[in-house]
Amino acid sequence: MSREPILTARGLVKRYGRVTALDYADFDLYPGEVLAVIGDNGAGKSSLIKAISGAVHPDEGEMTLEGKPIHFRSPMEARDAGIETVYQNLALSPALSIADNMFLGREIRKPGVMGSWFRMLDRKAMETKARDKLTELGLMTIQNISQAVETLSGGQRQGVAVARAAAFGSKVVIMDEPTAALGVKESRRVLELIQDVKKRGLPIVLISHNMPHVFEVADRIHIHRLGKRLTVINPTEYTMSDAVAFMTGAKAPPPS
Amino acid sequence: MTDTQQTPRTPQDFESAVARETAVASFDTHEKSPLERIRHFLHSSPASVPLIVLVLSLVIFAVIVGSRFFTPFALSLILQQVAIVGIVGAAQTLVVLTAGIDLSVGAIMVLTSVIMGQFTFRYGMPVELAIACGLALGALCGFINGVLIAYLKLPPFIVTLGTWQIYLATTYIYSANETIRAQDIEANAKLLQFFGEKVPIGGATFTYGVFIMIVLIAILWYVLNHTAWGRHVYAIGDDPEAAKLSGVSTKRVLIAVYVLAGLICALAGWVSIGRNGSVSPQIGQFANIESITAVVIGGMSLFGGRGSIMGMLFGALIVGVFSFGMRMYGTDVQWTYLIIGVLIILAVAIDQWIRKVAG
Repeated sequence: MSREPILTARGLVKRYGRVTALDYADFDLYPGEVLAVIGDNGAGKSSLIKAISGAVHPDEGEMTLEGKPIHFRSPMEARDAGIETVYQNLALSPALSIADNMFLGREIRKPGVMGSWFRMLDRKAMETKARDKLTELGLMTIQNISQAVETLSGGQRQGVAVARAAAFGSKVVIMDEPTAALGVKESRRVLELIQDVKKRGLPIVLISHNMPHVFEVADRIHIHRLGKRLTVINPTEYTMSDAVAFMTGAKAPPPS
Repeated sequence: MTDTQQTPRTPQDFESAVARETAVASFDTHEKSPLERIRHFLHSSPASVPLIVLVLSLVIFAVIVGSRFFTPFALSLILQQVAIVGIVGAAQTLVVLTAGIDLSVGAIMVLTSVIMGQFTFRYGMPVELAIACGLALGALCGFINGVLIAYLKLPPFIVTLGTWQIYLATTYIYSANETIRAQDIEANAKLLQFFGEKVPIGGATFTYGVFIMIVLIAILWYVLNHTAWGRHVYAIGDDPEAAKLSGVSTKRVLIAVYVLAGLICALAGWVSIGRNGSVSPQIGQFANIESITAVVIGGMSLFGGRGSIMGMLFGALIVGVFSFGMRMYGTDVQWTYLIIGVLIILAVAIDQWIRKVAG
């Protein structure tokens, strides 16, 4: 690839007591791609993702976003830098409405005195923006934007969480096991959503255990093993069983 | 499912996806039974059940007690009696919305009312300053609760069970169980009784205490529903982890909730002086239980994140209507408690049923 990566990590180390979760791990994400991260349980992929999303502070190593060094101390800082994460548990508030959820923590206030003095929320603006975003992602059969999230199906909730990330993630969207809790039909819809977000030019980091899903949407696959990046493969050049063999150490990785 | 698409995607794919996704992302379109419709309605407007119960109980007492009950004077009397529970219930509402509970509300109310009285009479402080000290102390009591709950992560029930005893014992020790007589307050510190002053409007008689309750609840209703902070209060009670990941500073909001609750209880302390005339450490023994009763009958969920402060007001009014109506009807007062007990259990049962809408 000739292009510069948008997000890089070099030599990340994270130790928990005597356990080394990240052992000089590297990571590269290029603009506009879907990068899948796979690895066996305990390989350190969630530590890697947490480091990128700001939830974990690595002991050593450097990260850059668009060439500039970054040091996140909290997920909020990563968010402010334009990296949005769709958590596995979605981080939605069930009793609040779709619009309230999408803007939770970054609400829009009314202009003028009502906003600055009385701190009044601009419900209309938030609902309009939320509706626009859901329409863009083809989710607008969720008609009532003020309906509580708990009345939605699992796939619809995932859609709201993805729409929130796509609405605010200006640089990178991270998705942690987005299809793990969903049925076949709903998984399919979420994979389409990933493609839709990608079409809008946002690079996506996808963490998944589901090999068919990974091979369907990923442009490149980052294989994590024993706390570091083992290799990065192109899904068109290798089969799923190759990937699993690399992941588990049954097969030596291709020379990169 | 066999429609895997490995082929390169074109913009047309996007459109076909839009056309296709109706099957997945649309509402459940199956016909809703009338019962399900009712459940959906109640789910979206949590204060409607207590409002219906309130209207029904008014009608029932109007029928069985007769025209004596349905006069502006009698009805405004109910409001006067409800004022303190309504104000303390507003504090309880904030705490319950965050999935907490505050057993110390009554103790804070008594402690601050004693401070306002004693500071004026024991130290000869200007009455305005004494009131300000009482309000500040209420906020401090709430702050102590908040720090223990938000930062030490202790369960709200245990924390406030402890501070309830602490604040109450402090009240008795400090006041030496002394009462300040109503005549003395009336002669020297009229401002303490301000909220007890009567305001006749038409045939009805209100007190400033009634007005401050209504104003307070209106303000809190606005804050809870139309500001970001209010939404954060709901979100924390709903799912604290999700709220945190969404960028809500949960600890700060929790502390603010308990400080505000303490301040409101201190306001209730001031109002209680107006209601009783005197300052006595013996008042408000059951304010915590009464406020929790109002909140529960008002349809709020003790698991947090659900309910409306209007429901709490209706809940307090239901209790007020029953105790007043039963007394006018002339039965044993125990019947009131029996009915309130039934209403509490019914309210929780209805809450559980409404929540099934989520499933």
